[in-house]
Amino acid sequence: MVTFEINGQVANVEEGMTILDAAKKLGIKIPHLCYDPRLKPYGGCRLCLVEIEGARNPVPSCAAKVTEGMKVQTDTVTLHEIRKTIVELLLSNHPQECLTCENTGQCALQDIAYELGVREISFEGEKHFHTVTDPSPFVEREMDKCIVCARCVRICRDVQHCSVYTLAFRGFEIIPTTPYDKPLTESNCVFCGQCISTCPTGALTSKISRFKGRPWQTQSTTTTCPYCGVGCQLELITKDGEIIDIQTFPGEGVNKGNLCVKGRFGYGFVNHHERLKTPYIRKEGELKEASWDEALDYIAVRLKEVKKESGPDAIGFLSSSKCTNEENYLLQRLARAAIGTNNIDNCARL
Amino acid sequence: MAGLAAAFGSGAMTNSIADIPKADVILITGSNTTEAHPVLALEIISAVKNGAKLIVIEPRRIKMADYADIYISQKPGTDVELYNAMMNVIITEGLTDKDFIKARTEDFDALEKTLKKYTPEKASKICGVPADTIVEAARLYAKAGAATIIYAMGITQHTTGVDNVLTMANLAMMTGNIGREGTGVNPLRGQNNVQGACDMGALPNVLPGYVRVDDKDGRKKMEEAWGVKKLPDKPGLTAPEMIDAAANGDIKAMFILGENPMLSEANLVHTEIGLGNLDLLVVQDIFMTETANLADVVLPGASFAEKSGTFTNTERRVQPIRQAVEPVGSALPDWMIITMIAKRLGHKMEYRSPSEVTDEITHVVSQYGGITSHRVAKCGISWPCPTPEHPGTPILHKDKFVRGKGKFHAVEYRPPAEVTDKDYPLILTTGRYLQQFHTGTMTRRVAGIEDLAPRCKVQVHPADARKYKVNDGDMIRVTTRRGSIEAAADVTDTIRQGVIYMPFHYAEAAANTLTNAALDPVAKIPEFKVCAANIEPKNL
Ligand code: SF4
Ligand code: SF4
Ligand code: SF4
Ligand code: FES
Repeated sequence: MVTFEINGQVANVEEGMTILDAAKKLGIKIPHLCYDPRLKPYGGCRLCLVEIEGARNPVPSCAAKVTEGMKVQTDTVTLHEIRKTIVELLLSNHPQECLTCENTGQCALQDIAYELGVREISFEGEKHFHTVTDPSPFVEREMDKCIVCARCVRICRDVQHCSVYTLAFRGFEIIPTTPYDKPLTESNCVFCGQCISTCPTGALTSKISRFKGRPWQTQSTTTTCPYCGVGCQLELITKDGEIIDIQTFPGEGVNKGNLCVKGRFGYGFVNHHERLKTPYIRKEGELKEASWDEALDYIAVRLKEVKKESGPDAIGFLSSSKCTNEENYLLQRLARAAIGTNNIDNCARL
Repeated sequence: MAGLAAAFGSGAMTNSIADIPKADVILITGSNTTEAHPVLALEIISAVKNGAKLIVIEPRRIKMADYADIYISQKPGTDVELYNAMMNVIITEGLTDKDFIKARTEDFDALEKTLKKYTPEKASKICGVPADTIVEAARLYAKAGAATIIYAMGITQHTTGVDNVLTMANLAMMTGNIGREGTGVNPLRGQNNVQGACDMGALPNVLPGYVRVDDKDGRKKMEEAWGVKKLPDKPGLTAPEMIDAAANGDIKAMFILGENPMLSEANLVHTEIGLGNLDLLVVQDIFMTETANLADVVLPGASFAEKSGTFTNTERRVQPIRQAVEPVGSALPDWMIITMIAKRLGHKMEYRSPSEVTDEITHVVSQYGGITSHRVAKCGISWPCPTPEHPGTPILHKDKFVRGKGKFHAVEYRPPAEVTDKDYPLILTTGRYLQQFHTGTMTRRVAGIEDLAPRCKVQVHPADARKYKVNDGDMIRVTTRRGSIEAAADVTDTIRQGVIYMPFHYAEAAANTLTNAALDPVAKIPEFKVCAANIEPKNL
């Protein structure tokens, strides 16, 4: 543990923590754009600058570690001015289309501009236009909204180990590019969507969530991925009873906020038109729609018949490794206690 | 599972996911981790980039092999021979952990004796791997401060699956790589809640919490909890055995919850005969699957987003799922449907919500004793967690094995059930794609995912492609003793010569029409990973 002072408050934090992480833990907000807990410090955006007593210049808090006796100020007039200038510069080269942008309401750039009180953009710089239309099924790339924080480059290289993007000149601007500017479908992209999850702006968004809902119109439910045994934690974003997106909290859960293509984009089956919406009973060789009472009564009568004629062990149950613990527990209880057979298995073997 | 339980007393992953990066050496075998457990694979690759050494032992040159310090491509089905040879090297070179063997294990002598004949030279011939590489891998693993073994279905889906797992356990115990950070024997579960389904007693030989059905006191506890006089004491049938029993008329009715054996079981023709022979087949699922199509009654269940409860992940961590949307149409949460059937059968099951079931489980499953609905809502907990104050157990077998002493098993190499011959000269092995999941019931209905992996492809080595006159992208026919399917050829040198590979997600090219239903004698797992096959261009 190290003891330090932040905005006049004395605090103890674990050794080796960065000032930004320590501040976060203490509930002190420092603006940042190139930081993601999953990534190594980059020090690129300089929004997270703080003043340290005795230091000549402000330092990036996402990279600087807390040291014993350190005295930190996170919100001085000077810092405010520096941050405002940085954001104004970024906005001077940013399409002013927040009204229609997919990321509105969850955009870090927008939030920071608002929090810093940026009203007008003083630099009318030259705007870049690099909209890339990528045929990939999941990743929408609008590079004119890129602020070159390199988070996508870094997460794809250092966390996803795919190294799809590199920063390179396109015209007069540096932007993240794919090999030979080819579409993602022709790169070694695995469509994990990690780059979308880290992008602080609307430059990278999920294609299948576009135009489906604004953050203030949606609900978020924390749950567990239904696919493989890793058990990644994720947020189901829903609107009007339908899942419209899946997101994560960077750094949290067994998966630390990472997901694979199935977990991030594989939710479309939930509202698929082929979902079974009613029970069916086979009549004259064909499955016909039935009511719950009909179906359940039929099952109960037939199971009782089989049990009476051939004994409980003439009945077998196959439980599901996709169902919950509770459901598996209840089904084996049904088999053992209600029918009286140990003929119950799940597909662990398959 | 059966293998690890025999050696350690528990069949579950010994260490946690977060613990894997603490290993100095990581041995991956029978797991195409980047495709089947992608997010866990990220952690492994990061660990390798941070200096951990990686050994990959896998017939196909999977992506993980790119990061490996030692990559071994063995002939499918020769794992026991290979690992026995590695252990032979470890003993000959004096690399065993003698203190650990003495203090914590039993039956080492028998193993030592058996291993004498398993020289790397002999294994080299049987496994098709250079003897030097076997020696190197053995040294790297045995000399590590902490080494972990990670495996999946590539190890278990053989007629020798239990033997394969026992050799993993032998290897870990003889080098003292168990019960500490960064060590362990870690089976990765393919589906989200395989671990939980087993923990909950959805198995023919054990009640919830792995209490054997022939354990009188254990049964008594459940009889009291469930308000019944007598629970059956004789082990029931496994899934493949039930299919056999259905085919010969011993099983007359089946209730299948959320499974699609018509794609996932080995030897589908036989599966269809079995299920077709039933007097009553009830299928509860979210789609009209290949299996539901055969049913007499189909019940519409709820998807993961439409109900609440818990899943237990591969590292024994119990985690909540929460309802976010209402079930479609008149579909109902599966737990509710089961209670409605129970009621009609005269067995009282009354719960207002799944969390009441979660709490009932804490009373009857000792490993889940402290995993209350209230606690699990806040964060995941790894069992065993006996009391509400217990923090959970990320590492098993720390001071002693669950069964007391770790038990070595001397296992001999047995060839796969089906060997190649003149008519079926190739070895067919099956697996998964990154994008698709299991029988594709869910993923194949997700638009973009289907775009990324729309077709089943059969991997063929270039030399075999020349020999059998097939070209990359051509439709080919794959035939085994049980059936034949058509799919596109993917000519690639990531596969061994003499071996072909295909995924089992696709109904239109169902790999399990081809696979062998021969079972491991103990675990009753079919031999999905090895069968003899033949290929030819389709238009012949
Ligand atoms: S695309 Fe997004 S994440 Fe990548 S550099 Fe631009 S703003 Fe940053
Ligand atoms: S989707 Fe994943 S692999 Fe593809 S570019 Fe983004 S981070 Fe890289
Ligand atoms: S997101 Fe991918 S890795 Fe994570 S649990 Fe789901 S399927 Fe597995
Ligand atoms: S967040 Fe620190 S420099 Fe960008």
